[in-house]
Amino acid sequence: MRTSANGNLLEVKDLRTYFETEDGVVKAVDGVSFEVRQGETLGIVGESGSGKSVANLSLMRLIPEPPGKIVSGSIAFRGRDILKLSPREVRAIRGQQIAMIFQDPMTSLNPFMRISRQLMEVTQLHLGHSKQQAREHAIRMLEVVGIPDAEARLESYPHEFSGGMRQRVMIAMALSCQPELLIADEPTTALDVTIQAQILELIKRLKGETGASVILVTHDLGVVAGMTDHIIVMYAGKVFEQAPTSELFEQPGNPYTRGLLRSVPDPAAEQGKLYQIPGQPPDLARLPSGCPFAPRCERVQEICRREFPPFVQLTSEHYSLCHFADEVYAESQRAA
Amino acid sequence: MLRFIIRRLLITVPMILVVITLTWGLIRLAPGNFYSGEKNIPKEIEANIRAKYGLDKPWYVQYGRMLGHVVRLDFGISLKYEGQSVNKIIMSSLPVSASVGITAYLLALVLGIVIGSVAALRQNSIWDYASMALAMLGISIPNFVLGPMLVLLFSLSLYWLPPSRWQGFASRNIILPVLTLSAIYIAYIARLTRAGMLEVLRSDYIRTARAKGLRESQVVIRHALRGGIMPVVSFTGPALAFLLTGTVVVERIFALPGLGNYFIQAALNRDEPLIIGIVAFIAMTLLLMNLLVDITYGFLDPRIRY
Repeated sequence: MRTSANGNLLEVKDLRTYFETEDGVVKAVDGVSFEVRQGETLGIVGESGSGKSVANLSLMRLIPEPPGKIVSGSIAFRGRDILKLSPREVRAIRGQQIAMIFQDPMTSLNPFMRISRQLMEVTQLHLGHSKQQAREHAIRMLEVVGIPDAEARLESYPHEFSGGMRQRVMIAMALSCQPELLIADEPTTALDVTIQAQILELIKRLKGETGASVILVTHDLGVVAGMTDHIIVMYAGKVFEQAPTSELFEQPGNPYTRGLLRSVPDPAAEQGKLYQIPGQPPDLARLPSGCPFAPRCERVQEICRREFPPFVQLTSEHYSLCHFADEVYAESQRAA
Repeated sequence: MLRFIIRRLLITVPMILVVITLTWGLIRLAPGNFYSGEKNIPKEIEANIRAKYGLDKPWYVQYGRMLGHVVRLDFGISLKYEGQSVNKIIMSSLPVSASVGITAYLLALVLGIVIGSVAALRQNSIWDYASMALAMLGISIPNFVLGPMLVLLFSLSLYWLPPSRWQGFASRNIILPVLTLSAIYIAYIARLTRAGMLEVLRSDYIRTARAKGLRESQVVIRHALRGGIMPVVSFTGPALAFLLTGTVVVERIFALPGLGNYFIQAALNRDEPLIIGIVAFIAMTLLLMNLLVDITYGFLDPRIRY
């Protein structure tokens, strides 16, 4: 498999995706950079509206245009910039080399179409399968994702499946062509907790079997903890912190990340003591000039409201967007 | 499915009963009689006529007789077109109305869905604005204005098409009536399709289809169209019923011997059996078409089961 010289399957640099709205320009993704290495899992974490979904839709050029527009940046996939490809070349990548699983399996499958057809059309398109081949492949994929009695279930409609089963169908569809990169955009958010674990386990297992890289988008830190190699934390369209998973959990270098970590409910803790970050995520059409997190930050200083924070390198792979990144990092170290 | 159809057919019985009862009551409330249109007739002759047609009987006897006709689906003899049975009049005029109506219907369906889809796919473009402005015009211009305007243009100025008269289905005479009749339906269907398609094109499963790498045309035709035309389906049932059974105005303008033309004549003549017959026939067609729509829904949307 061909990758760029440094072993990165995907290199996103300074990606900016803006939306024209009546309220003005919404900078949903504003200068985001990250890499995904061959075979690794990257977690993207953030609250609703932090730009994590838009960032991932941008990777596949699936942003509805207008009102959206990728205004700058580069997305190098196996060394080729996706943003410079023709629509035809992008379509050849979609579904074949980069595949996506979406948040809501209830609405992400076409309700008017049997799942057989929905599964078969991917491999007929990309792998040139005949009807018969595509059918056999679809049955095999359903078996791989653990749908019992796959052959009989193939002719069902999506509404005849439960939520968890539909997400399995989505995964089967996404992995049909053995993509090199699987983007899972909140794959478990709409599911029951017990089903969540099964789906995550399934993604983990299939990733191991196929060697695909995975981008796992979620707002649930509990989900990324056991699944990912690296994590980036997004807020207001920007990367706030970027670190190897264990380091991010042990020594966060950003007040926002610390807030997120404290917000994870601890089943052992006493009742009624849930922590929450005060306030709401900012309006992306009216961002203040300083740090976008300043109004909600525990340790906000004068400079935070005035100046946009620097992206501070803490260790070789650990970065944090904060005026006080070093201090926060040091505090976390003491606490650990 | 079969139980659903039977249940629906049974419900239509009381509905038709209500419709014809109201119609019958309205005819009797209206002043005048089928024989009084011509001139003053002597009392004795009037009494004779009334006796001959049973108008001297109490109202419930007359109502019962009318009901008997409807139940047997044999609507009796026309009072004005003497010797002609109502059934025969309906059966001879229906093909005229239906052939104009079905042609207009198909035209409206194809053009409406194409125009609406294009408008939705090119939302906020010149195509969208132009087609929606045209649709607005189509809805706003009444057919009694549009018809004569088309005649003025294509018949009296350009001499391309005959202005009126019925020469059978396969003649150029059908073009102008069909255009006049379908204009408003094209407009409605285009607007419904646009709205439906816009909603579907924003849905998650269309994003999934795009993420698969399908071409935009495949995304639209294979994935979006089916959900997008659902709003159209519920409109087409009543639309087809009205188009099938003729439209009074268009048949009048183009002098077509269709059901609508007879309907108007029957009302002017107070031709009770003919009115009741045509009303009952239209009501049945309408209810049948609505049933057809519901069955079509079941085929289009697998989530709907009866």
